[in-house]
Amino acid sequence: MVHVCTVVPISLTVGANRIVPAIAIPHPLGNPKLDKKEEKALRRQLVEKSLKALQTEVDGQTVFEG
Amino acid sequence: MSKLRVVHYINQFFAGLGGEEKADVRPEVREGKVGPGAAFAVALGQDAEIVATVVCGDSFYGENMDEARKIVLDMVKGQKADLFIAGPAFNAGRYGVACGDICKAVSQELGIPVLTGMYIENPGTDLYRKHINIVQTGNSAADMRNAVPVMAKAALKLARGEELKVPEDGVIEKGIRKNIYRETRGSQRAVDMLIAKLSGQPFETEYPMPDFDRVTPNPAVKDMGKARIALVTSGGIVPKGNPDSIEASSASKYGKYDIDGIADLTSDAYQTAHGGYDPVYANEDPDRVLPVDVLRDMEEEGIIGGLYRYYYSTVGNGTSVGNAVGFASEFVKELKEDGVDAVVLTST
Repeated sequence: MVHVCTVVPISLTVGANRIVPAIAIPHPLGNPKLDKKEEKALRRQLVEKSLKALQTEVDGQTVFEG
Repeated sequence: MSKLRVVHYINQFFAGLGGEEKADVRPEVREGKVGPGAAFAVALGQDAEIVATVVCGDSFYGENMDEARKIVLDMVKGQKADLFIAGPAFNAGRYGVACGDICKAVSQELGIPVLTGMYIENPGTDLYRKHINIVQTGNSAADMRNAVPVMAKAALKLARGEELKVPEDGVIEKGIRKNIYRETRGSQRAVDMLIAKLSGQPFETEYPMPDFDRVTPNPAVKDMGKARIALVTSGGIVPKGNPDSIEASSASKYGKYDIDGIADLTSDAYQTAHGGYDPVYANEDPDRVLPVDVLRDMEEEGIIGGLYRYYYSTVGNGTSVGNAVGFASEFVKELKEDGVDAVVLTST
């Protein structure tokens, strides 16, 4: 499982092992300031990072930044 | 003796600025007491005065923790405070985290006594209990009239340089070990305890084991191109009309929804049921919380083996840990039976 969430300290506290920081609380996988195409590209980037996290071996809690 | 100068930290809701739509407001200072500050002023009595209130949007703090902390710290510094009180946050997660974080910072940077209050399951509790004193409150603002007097009494004690005691002062155990002197030595006490335990007599542990609640990380997905990926969310995305009536807060249930053939979540067919964040953006485009559109594309392109037919959704807002564990324990069985290889869990 990979947890895509905005407030990473909470995810760490509850024990998620693969964490991907999201964009914002009301739109974790979006940005209403962008146009539809750019926004979808941004969402795609985040999901790609999430899939990458799922394919990465980890020994403990890991935040997949950047 | 001059009155204690108290600075109070509250969020946008308790300041009367608005609800979720105002959760992004930047910090601002108001003179004197605001909102629940009035109740604190009464409870603190003649010895203290709320000289200023710092108001900050919960999402602003949550999304910009370093910046928000710095701005609020500077505001508190400017007030020459003797005592700092935050909240109480009850079960509001972002608010609890903000209160805990700013209390910790004020304590460390300004060296003045700090106090906040929240419900035991608030994420702010586990994050900050070791660093600051947290008064235990009920899980909603209905507990304000009980929480305030307890917090005020504890705050005044701290200001006098006294230590707070569990459970008399209503604070949550910090979980920090303290060396004390006992008449009997440790080995004797341990043996006495063991004998009591073996013979079924009552005994009291001197060190309750902390509940770490950690799981071993699962091995990585080996072949994503063949993997079945499932979506799960605590962001409350549900079919329009919320057919299962999942509660906006303290959810007692979760939903399982069929997205077979759905390539994109749209505002006419889906919505959010979550009451803990500004719903405007999720209602406009639910993919912003549950990224069906992108995963569907990836399925077509062969990047993932497939997007699981169903997604599971509940509302994370104030939902009890017990319920959350219960939901997941149940639906994980279905995920495993149906050959799901990995889950993307999204939260707001």
